[in-house]
Amino acid sequence: MFTSVRRRAWFVMLPVGLVLAIASGGRALADSKVGALVSGSKAAGIQPPQCVEPTPYMRRHHMELILHQRDMTVHEGIRGNKHSLAGCIDCHVARGDDGKAVPVNAEGQFCDSCHDYVGVSLPCFQCHATVPTPASAHK
Amino acid sequence: MSNSNESIDPNRRSFLGKAGAAVATTLIAPGVVLHASARDPATPVTDAVRWGMLIDTSKCADGCGDCVQACEKENGLDMVTMPEGADPENWDRQRPRWIRQIQLQDNLTGQITSLPMMCQHCEEPPCADVCPTGASFRRADGIVMVDRHICIGCRYCMMACPYKARSFIHEEVDVKPTHAPRGKGCVESCNFCVHRLDSGETTTACQDACKHQAIAFGDLKDKNSAVSKALESVKSRQLRADLQLNTGVRYSGV
Repeated sequence: MFTSVRRRAWFVMLPVGLVLAIASGGRALADSKVGALVSGSKAAGIQPPQCVEPTPYMRRHHMELILHQRDMTVHEGIRGNKHSLAGCIDCHVARGDDGKAVPVNAEGQFCDSCHDYVGVSLPCFQCHATVPTPASAHK
Repeated sequence: MSNSNESIDPNRRSFLGKAGAAVATTLIAPGVVLHASARDPATPVTDAVRWGMLIDTSKCADGCGDCVQACEKENGLDMVTMPEGADPENWDRQRPRWIRQIQLQDNLTGQITSLPMMCQHCEEPPCADVCPTGASFRRADGIVMVDRHICIGCRYCMMACPYKARSFIHEEVDVKPTHAPRGKGCVESCNFCVHRLDSGETTTACQDACKHQAIAFGDLKDKNSAVSKALESVKSRQLRADLQLNTGVRYSGV
């Protein structure tokens, strides 16, 4: 349990911490003018930038689209339509000069860059592949 | 408003009949091969199909594990590695397996039969019965699966399955194929290579790998499918038929 002194200290620390976090976050955003698209991905090569839905909609609702799609895929066998997680990864994964894909949840990569910034956990990749592995490549 | 006194033209019905026939012909005509099993991946699966398998154990060779290896390769099970410091004996007993190669011995005659044992895709699956979250379920086309988004890893289904067909993923998995997601804390089992079937393919990896042609696979509801024809021509049985689960996998020669 906190003593009363410690509790007061928390009240002081909390706003200071918030201000610091917002300031540093703002700077990070200003630095990356291109947004979250990582260079070397298919998505970064599309001009003008065009996702499966308008970007502002994707920023707010991508989790709902994926959630809906997962149920359709697992229970109804509907695959390969535009809101599939595999599609997201295929387009947003960065490829190095050697053509090797960099995991989308690696530091600074497409999924990680925002999720790390807002501190929201990213459990998709506990099970799902982070780089595209075509079914044919594994036969 | 139409005039209610107007007499019904008896030729109307025959005209509609002809028109319907014409539409059907034009739809089928442009060289499209109508195959009962091929499906559009954009539409939901229906119960017009029930996937099933017949395993002819008389053709199944003792010591051959081609189907097991093909299954493990197809579904990324070979990518699951033994955790560091684990007991190899425990690992061998608990590592994920979708097909087990088992041997049956008739104690009276001493005759040994070897057969692959996997999820039997029951019509009344006990795993789905006991699942507390609804993660174990039977799809409309008869495939019994685990929705790993909902699975809490309680392993009740593993206890309920009479065929010991399910595996548990005990540790985090580093590498997994896109079409076969896999993570720590979920149960999984044979799903008839569902990613293939969903994409319109009509074979499983084990069937393709069997050089003895011991595995017939297809739609049980289609009388012309390979599996239906095989079931018609040979005497087959369900394992543990006494449980009345109406399994989708049948065996002959046992």
